[in-house]
Amino acid sequence: MTTTPTDPAGPGTLVPEVEGTPPVAPERERDLAQLGLAAALVVIGAYTVYDASTLVVGFADPVGPKAFPYVIGSVLVGLGVLLGLAALRGDVPTPEDGEDVDLSQRSDWLTVAKLVGVLVLTIATVGWLGWAVSGAILFAGATWSLGSRTYVRDILIGAVLAVGSWYGFYVGLGIPLTPGVLDGIL
Amino acid sequence: MESLSLLADGLATAVTPENLMWAAIGVLLGTFVGVLPGIGPAMAVALLLPVTFGLEPTQAFIMFAGIYYGGMYGGSTTSILLNTPGESASVMTALEGNKMAKKGRAAQALATAAIGSFIAGTIGTMLVVFFAPALAGVAVQIGAPSYLAIMLMAMVLVTSVLGSSRLRGFIALFIGLTIGLVGLDMNTGQPRLSFDQPLLADRLDIVVVAVGIFALGEALWVAAHLRRRPLSVIPVGRPWMGRDDWGRSWKPWLRGTALGFPFGAVPAGGAETPTFLSYVLEKRLAKKGHEFGSGAIEGVAGPEAANNASAAGTFVPLLALGLPVTATATIMLAALQGYGIQPGPQLMTEHPDLVWTLLASLLIGNTLLLVLNLPLAPLWAKLLRIPRPYLYAGILFFASLGAYTANQQPFDLFLLLVFGLLGLAMRRFGLPVLPLILGVILGPLMETKMREALAISGGDPAGLVDEPLAIIVYAVIVLLVVVPLVLSRVRPRRTPTAAAVEAPTADEPAEKETVR
Repeated sequence: MTTTPTDPAGPGTLVPEVEGTPPVAPERERDLAQLGLAAALVVIGAYTVYDASTLVVGFADPVGPKAFPYVIGSVLVGLGVLLGLAALRGDVPTPEDGEDVDLSQRSDWLTVAKLVGVLVLTIATVGWLGWAVSGAILFAGATWSLGSRTYVRDILIGAVLAVGSWYGFYVGLGIPLTPGVLDGIL
Repeated sequence: MESLSLLADGLATAVTPENLMWAAIGVLLGTFVGVLPGIGPAMAVALLLPVTFGLEPTQAFIMFAGIYYGGMYGGSTTSILLNTPGESASVMTALEGNKMAKKGRAAQALATAAIGSFIAGTIGTMLVVFFAPALAGVAVQIGAPSYLAIMLMAMVLVTSVLGSSRLRGFIALFIGLTIGLVGLDMNTGQPRLSFDQPLLADRLDIVVVAVGIFALGEALWVAAHLRRRPLSVIPVGRPWMGRDDWGRSWKPWLRGTALGFPFGAVPAGGAETPTFLSYVLEKRLAKKGHEFGSGAIEGVAGPEAANNASAAGTFVPLLALGLPVTATATIMLAALQGYGIQPGPQLMTEHPDLVWTLLASLLIGNTLLLVLNLPLAPLWAKLLRIPRPYLYAGILFFASLGAYTANQQPFDLFLLLVFGLLGLAMRRFGLPVLPLILGVILGPLMETKMREALAISGGDPAGLVDEPLAIIVYAVIVLLVVVPLVLSRVRPRRTPTAAAVEAPTADEPAEKETVR
């Protein structure tokens, strides 16, 4: 259900681009990656409708479990089509600004991929390594992905955070997180 | 007057040394997280929510109230000292606040923000004390059809009034509604959109969804666009104000409060509009009009008070109707549900002690915030220099910790990643976050109410409009949707507040320029 732009070649790429640009921001390009999002919306909406059609309606329930998904799914398909048309007509989104966000440079998707990789590693290992170890790897791996090169310090901070949060939850709140390989040591 | 004595009882419950300690911890944690760049109040509350789950409800409330006010105050500190507001409600504060800071008056800007927030928050909470029980008294008589209509109105308002693109607002809303469908259907027990996964059929944990969209999504988005050149942080001493500053601040505080509270209390969503109105009002009223644009204290005092008063106002629909109207209020609803409490008209009669303790906690949290944060401001300012790899790695770490502690399932971490990527995509494609999170929370509630209404009427659609209130609300919704459309046709010139009413496909992002 990720909506990352995968397929920029959407349904209607043959529309001529002469009339497409809005008069307000002539220097901005059309954002065709939006067609990927539009396609994803159509697929999710259609699947929601299909999924609802497999449900069974009870007797004493005049609305049933189908009505809501039918409406939501169909509207989502409609919105996807509208977004596709808007994108082709030159409608561009306003990416979110923020304190540490610099929108003037190119998007650095490699860093994002590294961070996602670190998170996947955490998901895969937290069950048997335990939170104290996996959490430390998560922190150190994330600092590395974001450009920090002080390995020893990063791993130390990660270890302190992970072990500290393990004890904080165990002692302070009485919630034992997965101990994993450190079972019996912590 | 009965409300006051009940509030006094609530205060008596809340003011014990141990509870005050929890309040202080909450304020410190909330400010700490809220000051960090890139973290707004909603994200601060979502990240810190798991910490309160191990406590008794009373203590959890008290700590939570501290986190809430701390997170909000932290946000305004960031916008004054960095000039890059993390959320729309602080845009107006940053405008004059940062100019003041550059002129060497950062201490006064922080002081007027803190004291104004305190005054607005206290007055606002007192107004909640009087309005919420009255509204709840009316609300118990509201039937399912009217409830459905009111929830629909909140959704339409939040989606179409805020933000610059209606199309993208509705896309976000319907993605949220789709997420809200996942899991067992509450009437028939059949799994929907669950891909035969028992963990999905169990329904999604709203904390995981919120932390994924707010915290992880933001961290990934920033990672893709990390500023290489560090921002300049303005150094600050201990906040204080001279006699002249007091004289110029107190009227804007009160006017901001008066503007902010009603906007928070009606389901019109958010502090964006009242802070903007307050700024414009102060600019027009200011005697030293020429100082606006180069650091006028009125321009910080008014919007900051409006922001906090509107935040207090959101407690009226939240407590009396169970209806959240801002992102932060949505997380709070999830928090209350986490403590086993379902906000709504019955809450006031079934758990009055909890409601009054919560309101008393808000007053205490607000007071402690003022006491602790004025002396600590220089320390908070240092946090703005934290190296960015550590900051965002820390957000990733604590987001994962929060998602994992809820059920200790690695699957929840996987869901966190999925929602984090969704949050990233939303920021890339300019989809607003608030309609989505509102859809996730209100979708299932709406479905329940609709099926309730139609079950009573035996399936007759007329059952949806058999209450006068429902008909009135539907009429209001139609007006809200149609009038702006007509107006935009008649008057094509757009003003900043009218920016939201343009036709869905013709929007453009030029409005941002006006608030730079």
